[in-house]
Formats: sequence, C-alpha cells, structure tokens
Amino acid sequence: MNRLVALWLVCAALPAAAQDARKSGFAFMGPDTQAMQTDDLANPGMLFVLEGDALWKAPVGASQKSCASCHGDAPQTMKGVAARYPDFDEATQAPIDLAGRIIQCRAERQGAAPPQREGHELLALTSYVAHQSRDLAIAPAQDARLASARAQGAALYSTRMGQLNFSCAQCHDDNAGGHLGAAPIPQAHPTGYPLYRLEWQALGSLQRRFRNCLSGMRAEPISAGSADAIALELFLMDRATGMKLETPAVRP
Amino acid sequence: MWRAFALLAVLMSVDAQAQTLVPYQIENGAIATSLTGQPGDPAKGRTIVVERQKGLCLLCHSGPFPEERFQGDLAPSLAGTGSRLSEGEIRLRMVDSTKVNEKTIMPPYYKMDGLGRVAASYKAKTLLEPQEIEDVIAFLVSLKDEAQK
Ligand code: HEC
Ligand code: HEC
Ligand code: HEC
Repeated sequence: MNRLVALWLVCAALPAAAQDARKSGFAFMGPDTQAMQTDDLANPGMLFVLEGDALWKAPVGASQKSCASCHGDAPQTMKGVAARYPDFDEATQAPIDLAGRIIQCRAERQGAAPPQREGHELLALTSYVAHQSRDLAIAPAQDARLASARAQGAALYSTRMGQLNFSCAQCHDDNAGGHLGAAPIPQAHPTGYPLYRLEWQALGSLQRRFRNCLSGMRAEPISAGSADAIALELFLMDRATGMKLETPAVRP
Repeated sequence: MWRAFALLAVLMSVDAQAQTLVPYQIENGAIATSLTGQPGDPAKGRTIVVERQKGLCLLCHSGPFPEERFQGDLAPSLAGTGSRLSEGEIRLRMVDSTKVNEKTIMPPYYKMDGLGRVAASYKAKTLLEPQEIEDVIAFLVSLKDEAQK
C-alpha cells in the first residue's frame, strides 16, 4: 500500500519535475521588442533573409555555380541543418559551425572569395539557411567526435575570466532573471542567431554576442570561428536541446 | 631578502603601467589598516560608487542614490553598510570578496594574481587604485541608516 502511494506520488510529481525552466531570451524582452520579432514585416532580420534568398540562387566564383546548383530548394534541403550545427567536419577533422561551413562551400566549392565573418554577405546567407529551421527544436549533432569540444565549451562557460573575475555561468545560470543595472539577464540560449540586436543596429552572430559579454567582463576576446568560440557554441546548443530556433530573432 | 624580491619584481615589470600590490594582512575576517596609510574621502568615494564605468557597484547593488536610475538587483542594498560591517570588514570585501565567499560574483577591486584571460588593456592593473578603495570605504562607513533610500 505504502509503496503504491509512493509510486503514485512519484508519477504525480513527474510532470512538475519535467517542467522546463529554460527560457529563450525572447521571454526576457518587453512586448514591443517581442512584437518586432514576431511580425515579419517589422523584423529587420527578415531583410537579411530575403537577401540570403537572392544570394542562394546567384551563380558566383570560378565554378559559376549557385548554392542552389548543388543544394536545390533551401526550404527542403536546409530544413533542420541549423538546429543540428555545429557539426564535425571530415575535411579538417574538427568541429565546424554553420558560418564556417558556408565559408567553406563558397570558397572551395564555388571558387569564390571566402566571405568575411560578420560581413554582410555571410550574415545574409547564414540567416537564410538558419531561417529554414525556424520553429524547429534544437537537435545537436550526435557525433562522438564532438564530445571533447563540447566539454571544453562547458569548462569555458563556468571558468572565471577577465579583470572582473566573472564566469558566464554566474550571470546566466545563477543570476538569470535578475538585473545588471537596467538589463535583465537572460539564460544565454543561442536560439535566435544570427539576430538583429537593437544595440548593434545590425544583424550579428552568436560569436559576436560572446565578444560583447567578454568585453563587459574585461576578458580577452574569443575570435569568431576559433576553436574556443565553436566549443562554446557547441555547449550552448547542447544546453538548449529541444528549444525552438527563432532565426532571425530580435534582441535589445 | 623579501625586499630584494620586491625590487626584482619592480625591475621585471617592464610595462610602465604595471602595479605591485601594497601588502595587506587579513585578520579575523578583516583588513584593519588603510592600504595607503591615509584616511579616505567619503565624497570622492560616493562618486566612484555611482560611476558605472569606474566603481560598477550599481550594476549589482542598489543604495541611497535617489538620482541614479537603473540600480541592479543582484546584491544587497548598500544602505546601512556602515552599521552592519566594520571598516576592516568592508576593506576585505573591497579588496577581494572571494576571501569571504568563494563563489561571490562581486569583483575583486584589488587583485591581479589568479585572474585568467584578462584583456590586454586591463592586464596588471587593479580595478581601483588603493586610495580610491579607501575613499569608497570611507563613504560606506558613513552609510549607517538601513532604511535610507
Ligand atoms: C555580468 C553578467 C554577464 C556575464 C558574466 C556574461 N553575460 Fe552574457 N549577457 C548578460 C546580459 C545582461 C545579457 C543581455 C544583454 C542585453 O539584453 O542588453 C547577456 C546576453 C547574452 C547572450 C544572448 C542571449 C540571447 O537571447 O540572444 C548570450 C548568448 C550570452 N550572453 C552568452 C554569454 C557567455 C558565453 C558568457 C561568458 C563568456 C557571458 N554571456 C557572460 C550578462 C552577462
Ligand atoms: C559544388 C557544390 C556545392 C555548392 C555550390 C555549395 N555547396 Fe554547400 N555543400 C556541398 C557539399 C558536398 C556539402 C557536404 C560537405 C560535408 O559534409 O563535408 C555541403 C554542405 C553544406 C552545408 C551543411 C549541410 C549539412 O547538412 O551539414 C550547408 C549549410 C551548405 N553546404 C551551404 C551552402 C551554401 C549557403 C552555399 C552557397 C553559398 C553552398 N553550400 C554551395 C556542396 C556545395
Ligand atoms: C557583479 C556584482 C557586484 C558588483 C559590481 C559589486 N558587488 Fe558588492 N556584492 C555583490 C554581492 C552578490 C554581494 C553579497 C555577498 C556575496 O555574495 O559575496 C556583495 C556584497 C557587498 C558588500 C557586503 C554587504 C553586506 O552588507 O554584507 C559590500 C560592502 C559591497 N558588496 C560593496 C560593493 C561596492 C562598494 C562595490 C563597487 C565598488 C560593489 N560592491 C560592487 C555583488 C557585487
């Protein structure tokens, strides 16, 4: 009897325990900014997605191939790709992020100049590809060769850094929901990238966002596309498994 | 011997900006004596506390600063600090709060060793100068009223 009651209690408690305390940065924004994100006509990120659509179809470089020449119809072939990245790159035998993969295709497969990180062209292409996963659940690549980089990202996230001696986790785990001066501290889920940040007045990558937090910590920057940056991204995507992608999101 | 060491350290610090820390002693959860041997100036201390790029205090703390909007809520109000803590206890928390609470988020204002990945422009510099820390302490000691807004 007691055992039955205990079992019942456990079962009844399950839904509560399983309730997800994770929240996208979207949940920490004011209603105006939320509305700007959800209305495609008001969302400045959608202009980059449109531009990406045009770039996808344009033949470039020595090959005079377009992305579409090889990948066809992006809404079909690119669906779910951003929800899985970063992935493992056979060519370099190292983890690669979505932007890195696009640089690779443009330079090596199209024979064009490699696009610059944070440059307009790369942001447009990346947001176009990632937009094909909007509303899909983040489902990280399961390749065992990613495990050590993911662990390296987890370690970085909880290591104190910089003159202010903060770790990412101290703000984004221990103090999420609190206010740093006026700014609400979100949980640092990478659900919206590339995204339009009002403070930037521009679209930017997750790795640009890392730079902002690191400079606030008075810590050395982690350069975009570096092993450390991809490791952090791998960890954060894994931590956000099952959360929905919003690309292009809007943030304050 | 120790003095020779200190001299060596000074000679080796090529960076003109590099500081060496004034030695201090932690006893009974406090640093009893002024880092500079001089008393602090509470008015200057208040200015440092409210200056966001300098003291950074109001990113986390609130306090009796009616003119300051957007005070943080990650830490207790600074109102009444002077009636809760002694001058020496405040000094220890300013110098290195991890000595009181290992997991604290409060930055160490007088520490250079044991910090990782410090950005180049902040390397070998403490967050505040010793006299600035004394000024802040003098100001906090003067905050006696817990209810002050
Ligand atoms: C002192 C607190 C603090 C620390 C430490 C910190 N951040 Fe942040 N972070 C913030 C705040 C505040 C914001 C939101 C800024 C805004 O909305 O203006 C933010 C935003 C973010 C976002 C954007 C989330 C979204 O919804 O798009 C990410 C990702 C992020 N931080 C990652 C990191 C990483 C990685 C580290 C460690 C290298 C770090 N942060 C360290 C305070 C911090
Ligand atoms: C000449 C053919 C070719 C062209 C042109 C090309 N790609 Fe690729 N792309 C590939 C191949 C092959 C792969 C698989 C690479 C691998 O897995 O090692 C790939 C992989 C990708 C992936 C990762 C897919 C996944 O599921 O992991 C993305 C994203 C991508 N390409 C985007 C683009 C974009 C954007 C463009 C245009 C800027 C482009 N590609 C142009 C051949 C091409
Ligand atoms: C990043 C956040 C942060 C910043 C910036 C910060 N503090 Fe703190 N401070 C805290 C927290 C959190 C505590 C609570 C004790 C703990 O967790 O260590 C604290 C505790 C204190 C205490 C002890 C309070 C008590 O009543 O026990 C004093 C005094 C203090 N801080 C003064 C300051 C001053 C002055 C500044 C600016 C020069 C400052 N702090 C900057 C987070 C911060």
